[in-house]
Amino acid sequence: MSGPSTYEPKTGFTKWLDARLPIVRLGWDSFVDFPTPRNLNYWYTFGGILSVCLVIQIITGIVLAMHYVPHIDHAFASVQRIDRDVNFGWLIRSIHAVGASMFFLAVYMHIFRGLYYGSYKAPRELLWILGVVIYLLMMAAAFLGYVLPWGQMSYWGAMVITNLLGAFPIIGGPITEWLWGGFSVGNATLNRFFSLHYLIPFLIAGVVALHIWALHVPGNNNPTGIEVKSNRDTLPFHPYYTSKDGFAIALFMVIFAFFVFYWPDALGHSDNFIPADPLVTPALIVPEWYLLPFYAILRAVPDKLGGVLLMFGSIGILFVLPWLDTSKVRSMRYRPLARWFFGFFVIACLGLGWAGAELPDTLVPGLGALGVDFLLLGRVLTVYYFAYFLVILPLLGFVEKPSERPASIEASVLGGSSKSAPAAAPAE
Amino acid sequence: MTEATQTNGAHGEEPSRRDFIYIATGGTLAVGGAFTIWPFIDQMNPAADVLALASTEVNISELEEGQEITVIYRESPHFVRRRTAAEVESARDVNVASLPDRDARNFNLGDGAPATDENRSALTAEIAEGVEIDDALRASLLVTSANCTHLGCVPTEGAGDYNAWFCPCHGSHYDTSGRIRRGPAPENLSIPIMTFISASVLRLG
Repeated sequence: MSGPSTYEPKTGFTKWLDARLPIVRLGWDSFVDFPTPRNLNYWYTFGGILSVCLVIQIITGIVLAMHYVPHIDHAFASVQRIDRDVNFGWLIRSIHAVGASMFFLAVYMHIFRGLYYGSYKAPRELLWILGVVIYLLMMAAAFLGYVLPWGQMSYWGAMVITNLLGAFPIIGGPITEWLWGGFSVGNATLNRFFSLHYLIPFLIAGVVALHIWALHVPGNNNPTGIEVKSNRDTLPFHPYYTSKDGFAIALFMVIFAFFVFYWPDALGHSDNFIPADPLVTPALIVPEWYLLPFYAILRAVPDKLGGVLLMFGSIGILFVLPWLDTSKVRSMRYRPLARWFFGFFVIACLGLGWAGAELPDTLVPGLGALGVDFLLLGRVLTVYYFAYFLVILPLLGFVEKPSERPASIEASVLGGSSKSAPAAAPAE
Repeated sequence: MTEATQTNGAHGEEPSRRDFIYIATGGTLAVGGAFTIWPFIDQMNPAADVLALASTEVNISELEEGQEITVIYRESPHFVRRRTAAEVESARDVNVASLPDRDARNFNLGDGAPATDENRSALTAEIAEGVEIDDALRASLLVTSANCTHLGCVPTEGAGDYNAWFCPCHGSHYDTSGRIRRGPAPENLSIPIMTFISASVLRLG
């Protein structure tokens, strides 16, 4: 997709610069003239939204680090001080905390978009894998950041998650002590978690650069899943997609601002307003909403090590997805069976999130009469989650008869076949 | 480089001086790299001041029968319970072979000691020279880690199937000897090194 560069420096300075550091050319080729399929819908705007989220988190995070104290005796109070005493601290902390949830909301849309339109398939496997790496780093950053306010949920979340590593035989014990820097979650742990929480966003930014690089080699996938065949299939990124992304970002910011200004604590947990107490565990420990599905998978297995392995496996499986889906058709728009299974998959993920938020013994509303509790619900949905990747997608490629696809991207937008209409009208 | 070694190297019959240099360089890099990386890994392990705080003294003289206190030992909470005679008896009535975890998990004993109540109570604690202490008191005392062996939550006292400890996080039930009986926890609550340094003070660690 990266054709010959069309950038032409006009002024003396840009000519001088272009011969020495062609950075303006890089920007022009990547974000102005970059040929982009003309049929991208709003599901394709989450990439841009995610870039904005990352920048927001880094800027607000750097500011918060100027006021936060990573010590077990001061951390909780310093966060309260940011909220009450620091000028606009309430605003910046709220943007950072809500921003984490918004980041995950956007990344889930982005991932489901990729799953539906087959964006993980050749030649975009590495692009997809880099995306999964970013997602893993995001989860690490979110977990570490949640520990920093040093409330009850911070402390016990850290306790439960670090204890997961203890499940591994022989190395488990030494590794958890190494991670804690003591015999339990304590000051050493908080200090290093702060350091790592500051590090990870910059790692994410680095992998994002690779992600965009890997995107710009084959170019964007699109809702038809058909490769770009001619320049009639594409539009320059600017102004077409800068304005489309810009509009989506504006809408997203409205939702973002609603939470920041009107409901800042809705996505957190009230127990985190109690300072951490190593002697008392809250009655119900739950992770943040965006990690609940994995928590449900962890609890679905009665064995500690088995649960931990399955939970890591549920993300690890995404790395090999490009080779599990055997269908030659990319987009599920033309896969009549796969789209149903995908729909159930989305429901299963939401259901796992619900199961993760409730106590395992609680009966599921509506299904309680059948004796279905959240543990059973979690188990059934865990089976479906793995079956989707390990059984359904590998088999569907052989049994499914895909529906008819348009001849080209241009034809899918303008109707008819691009071959029979060589002088097609402009898109708008 | 001599002609002879070049010829040998080209035919792959004997290692040349160049092969030797490659291997020596690679070996130095690997060993040097390991020595460089190790300090950066080891700095995360518990520091000397953390290790120095590794014992706790508990006054047991004011503990009533059936009373339990929670103390911090090595940064982690530990239960110190003076059990009632009925609690001790119910713990002793259990057939060890029927337990999910048959190991005593007692640092005062070696690995593989059976999880009898005698092996879990303060009967296994060392007694400092010249200290006189009542056997019945030692048998009634139970000191265990207060972090569930599943994921580290603190179990609640007097709850669960065995009316002893119940972990609210994922539903593990422990008996009056701190042994896991039902639920996802894999091991009995562990028992720290203990010494009676006087008739009224038990030192952990």
